[in-house]
Amino acid sequence: MKNTIVILLLATIGYYLGSIFVNIGFGDPRFVNGVKDTYLALTTSELKVANTVTSIVVNFRGFDTLGEVTVLFLAATALGGILYKKRHAVGERTVLFPASSIVKSGAKLIFPAIVLLGAYVFIHGHLSPGGGFQGGTIIATGFLLMLLAYDNFSVSHNVLSYIESFAGIFFVAFGIAGLMISGSFLENFLPVGNMNDLFSGGVVPIIYILVGFKVAAELTGVIYTVLHEKD
Amino acid sequence: MIYLILFAVLLLLMLAAAIYAVFQRDLLYAVIATGVISLVLSVIFYMLQTPDVALTEAAIGVALTTIIFIITIRNTVRHEDEHDKHSREKKIQP
Repeated sequence: MKNTIVILLLATIGYYLGSIFVNIGFGDPRFVNGVKDTYLALTTSELKVANTVTSIVVNFRGFDTLGEVTVLFLAATALGGILYKKRHAVGERTVLFPASSIVKSGAKLIFPAIVLLGAYVFIHGHLSPGGGFQGGTIIATGFLLMLLAYDNFSVSHNVLSYIESFAGIFFVAFGIAGLMISGSFLENFLPVGNMNDLFSGGVVPIIYILVGFKVAAELTGVIYTVLHEKD
Repeated sequence: MIYLILFAVLLLLMLAAAIYAVFQRDLLYAVIATGVISLVLSVIFYMLQTPDVALTEAAIGVALTTIIFIITIRNTVRHEDEHDKHSREKKIQP
């Protein structure tokens, strides 16, 4: 039974890989003129996204972005798996950074501003420079500041894992919806609106917001895990 | 012209921080020097008109990587072992 499944899986992969090699001749110059002109034209005419980098990262090369998010997820999971040896021993802070009252007050004051900046960066990812990864890391930096200033500041691991799982599932769900409706994975299927509007670009801003939540949750989880290491 | 001078100064600062990080025996100072490298690199990215990469470099290189190294140093040792250094020197001399 197991062998049959393995052979079937390998046969499917082999069929698709073989068809790629058969259909595209060896050394065949497919992109003689490059793809940049097509990308630049489609970004403004069809997708109505002001930031070309975002349209390439999320739409034209969206599958790569899914791979990057998966790599980050696997790294965070592996770190948690190595550092959390005993599940019940979680909760005690092992690395302490004694902070003065100036640092504490300043951290409390600046933390909402950092989170707001991160949210701004990933919500406006299709309009201005930045996007999901950048905004997510900025939010994680804010949580890092709070974790350094306050020894008893805690983040719920359940909430983090729920945010991470839902963002990942919805990313793939939007990709599959594009496959069903438009015929290609992660292709746009929503109305695009006017260029330079906040609600424009179809699925691009939605996917970047999901990526932002996912990256923020993952990196916050990594820092929290490292600070609460138990040996 | 002033752009090129600023660019050269930033590159030299990066190089100096990297050399300092390699030769410093106090690991905490070495880690902070690598943070300075990332900070200058993010300014250089901004000058090269890639604000996306500059944002990523500033958040990950300056804050997250540095703090993970500092936590590691707190859990292990801060200075390179002097005893180790002497024994290495003795081995080199015949």
